[in-house]
Amino acid sequence: MRVLVVEDDLEAQRYMVKGLKEAGHVVDEAGEGETGLTLALSRPYDVAIVDRMLPKLDGLRLVGKMREERNNTPVLFLSALSDVDDRIKGLRAGGDDYLTKPYAFAELLARLDALVRRRDPGSVKTRVSVGDLELDLLSRTAKRNGSAIELQPREFRLLEYLMRHAGQIVTRTMLLENVWEYHFDPQTNVIDVHISRLRAKIDKGFEAPLLHTVRGAGYMIRAHA
Amino acid sequence: MRTPKLLRTQAFRIVGIYLAIFAVSTLALVGFVYWNTSLVLDRETDETIEAEITGLEEQYSTLGLPGVTDAIIGRSVRREQGIYLLANSNRRVLAGNLDGWPQVSTTNGGFVEFRYERRIGNVAQLRSARGRIITLTQGFYLLVARDVDERRALENVFKTALLWGAGLMIVLGLVGGLLISHNFLKRLELINRTSRQIMGGDLSLRVPVTRAGDEFDDLSLHLNRMLDRIERLLHGMREVSDNVAHDLRSPLNRLRNRLELAAMRQPADSETARDFDAAVQETDRLIGTFNALLLIAEAEAGSVRETMHNLSLGDVIEGVGELYGPLAEEKQLRFVVKKAPDAGLIRGNLNLVSQALANLVDKAIKYTPPGGTVVVSLENNPSGPALVVADDGPGIPAQDRARVTERFVRLESSRNSPGTGLGLSLVAAVARMHDAELSFDDNQPGLRATLNFKRAAEGPRPAKVALAREVVSEPVH
Repeated sequence: MRVLVVEDDLEAQRYMVKGLKEAGHVVDEAGEGETGLTLALSRPYDVAIVDRMLPKLDGLRLVGKMREERNNTPVLFLSALSDVDDRIKGLRAGGDDYLTKPYAFAELLARLDALVRRRDPGSVKTRVSVGDLELDLLSRTAKRNGSAIELQPREFRLLEYLMRHAGQIVTRTMLLENVWEYHFDPQTNVIDVHISRLRAKIDKGFEAPLLHTVRGAGYMIRAHA
Repeated sequence: MRTPKLLRTQAFRIVGIYLAIFAVSTLALVGFVYWNTSLVLDRETDETIEAEITGLEEQYSTLGLPGVTDAIIGRSVRREQGIYLLANSNRRVLAGNLDGWPQVSTTNGGFVEFRYERRIGNVAQLRSARGRIITLTQGFYLLVARDVDERRALENVFKTALLWGAGLMIVLGLVGGLLISHNFLKRLELINRTSRQIMGGDLSLRVPVTRAGDEFDDLSLHLNRMLDRIERLLHGMREVSDNVAHDLRSPLNRLRNRLELAAMRQPADSETARDFDAAVQETDRLIGTFNALLLIAEAEAGSVRETMHNLSLGDVIEGVGELYGPLAEEKQLRFVVKKAPDAGLIRGNLNLVSQALANLVDKAIKYTPPGGTVVVSLENNPSGPALVVADDGPGIPAQDRARVTERFVRLESSRNSPGTGLGLSLVAAVARMHDAELSFDDNQPGLRATLNFKRAAEGPRPAKVALAREVVSEPVH
C-alpha cells in the first residue's frame, strides 16, 4: 500500500520508512506539516502517519485541513503525548487511530493494516465467516462446521473483531482498545488468557486451527491455506 | 444532639466569653455599690438610734420615768420615721407610738428588726423597722427604732435592677453574638466554598474580595496570591513533564525502532535474534516504567480533571472483573465480583479508575496462591461508594502498609516477581485525583485494599441492602 509519513524526528522517520519499505509498502515522507499537507492533497495514499507536533503546520491542523478539502485518507496519529485527552483531541480532529511513542513496529504495521481494511465500505455485513467458522452478527451466534458454539458476550465481540480483521495481525493493545475499550497497559497479559479460552471454544476438536499466535506481534484468525 | 453551626463558631465563643466576663464585672460593680450604700444607710440609722437612746437615757436618769415618758410622747408625735416605746417589765406599753410590744428578731450589734403596722389614712401598712432595746433601771424597757421600709424598697430596686440588667445583658449579648457569628460565618463560608471548589480541581477560581478592606479581605488576598503561585507551579510542572515526555519518548522510540529493525535482519531463532528480542523487551519495560511515572505526574498535576464525567463504578467493576476473571481462574483462584445495588455514581475518568482497579486486582491475583479467593466488590459506604479488592494471600505486614504506595517501593517478599514498583503509586495518584481514599487493611488473612470515593453531588442515597448481585466464578480444574 502507499503510505505517507509526516514526522519531524528525522532519524525516527528514516527507521520508520525503512521498516515500512521492508514490509513491502510504498512510502513518501515529509519532515514538516506544510510539505506533508501538499503531498497528502496531491497524491492518493492508502494511509497517512502524522506526528502530532510538527513544525510549520501542527499535526492536528494538518489533518483538519485534509478533512476540509474532503480528503478522507485514513490517518494514524503518532504522538509523544499520552494525555488521556490528547487521544480524544486527536480523534476529534479527524484522526482515525492514535499511537503513542515509543511504539512497537509490529503494532504500527498491524494498525495501518486495520485502518486500510476498515475503509472497504461494502454493505453492512450481517454475517462474517472464516473457513468453516461462521458468525451471525444479528442473532449474535457462532457456528463452526454447522455446530453452534456457546460464547459469552465479550467472547463474541473478541471473535467478531478478530474475524472482521481476518488475515491481519491484531495486536493485544488493539484488542484491549477495541474489544474492551481500555487505553491502559494491564501489566499482566490478560488478553492471552481470553484468547486461549476463545481458542478452546472454536478450535478444540478441529484438525485445522483458525486462531493463530503471531510471535512478537499478536494474533490472527485465518483459514488454513 | 448537635449544636447548631452558628453556636459553634469561634466568634460566638469569643462573644460568649466576653459576655461572661462583662456580666460578672457588672454584677460585682452593682453589688459593691449596693453593699456600700446599704452599709452607709444602716450606719446612719444606727447612729441616729444610738444618739436618741443616749438622749432618752439621760432624760431618764435626770428626770426619771415621767421625764422620759414626756420625751417619748413628744418625739412620737414629732418624728414620722421614729418609733418609740416604753414598757414595764411585763412588756406592757406605758408610752410610745406602737400599740403593743413587737415580736423582734435580734440582729448583730444589739440591734433588732421587726414588722409593725402603721396607719396612713384608713389603710394599714405592714412595715419594717430597725431599732434597739435597752433595759432601764427598775425593769423598764425602752425601744427606739426607725422605719426602714424605704430602705428595704431601695434594696429591692437594686435587686430588680440587677436581675433585669443581667438578663437584658445576656439576651442582648446573645443576639449580638449570633449576629457577629452569622457575619463571620458568611464571610468564612465564602472562602470555604471557593476552597472546596478549588480542591475539587478548578484551580482557576479565586476567593472573592469585598470592598470592605477588612481582615477577611486580607486573608482572601493572601489566599489568592498563594493560589496564583500554586497554579504557576503546577503549570510549570505540567510543562516539565510534557517536555520530559517529548524529549525522552523520541530517543526511546528511536532505540526501540533500531533494535526491532536489527532483529528483523537476523535469521530467526539465531542467538543474536534472541538477544535483540530480549533487548526490545527490556526497552519495553523501561518504557512501561516511564509511562507509569508520567501518568502519575499527570495525575498529580490534575490535568486529567477536565476529562472527568459522571461515571458508574458498577460499570468499572464489571468491566475489570470480566477482564481479569479468566486470569484468576487460570491461576485456580475463586474470583468473586459483588455489586451493591444503585451504588457508585461518581465524577471520574473511566480509564484511570479502571486502571487503578485493574492494578489492585492484578496484584491480588499475582500474590494469592492457587486455591485462594479474590473478592472484588463495590460497597456502599456512608461516606460514598468504595471499590474493594480482598484476597486471602500473604497480605502486607502492618508496618509496610503506608509505604507501599510510595514510588519504586517493592517489599522484600516481592523482589523476585516482575513489576515496576509503580502499580500502587499509580493507584494512589488516581485516588488523590478523584478525592478518593486508598487504604490497606488486614483481611485476616490476606489484604483488603479499599478505594473509597466521595459520592457525586446528586448521587443516589445509600441502600439498606448491601449486596444484591453476586457473580461467582469457580476455578476450572
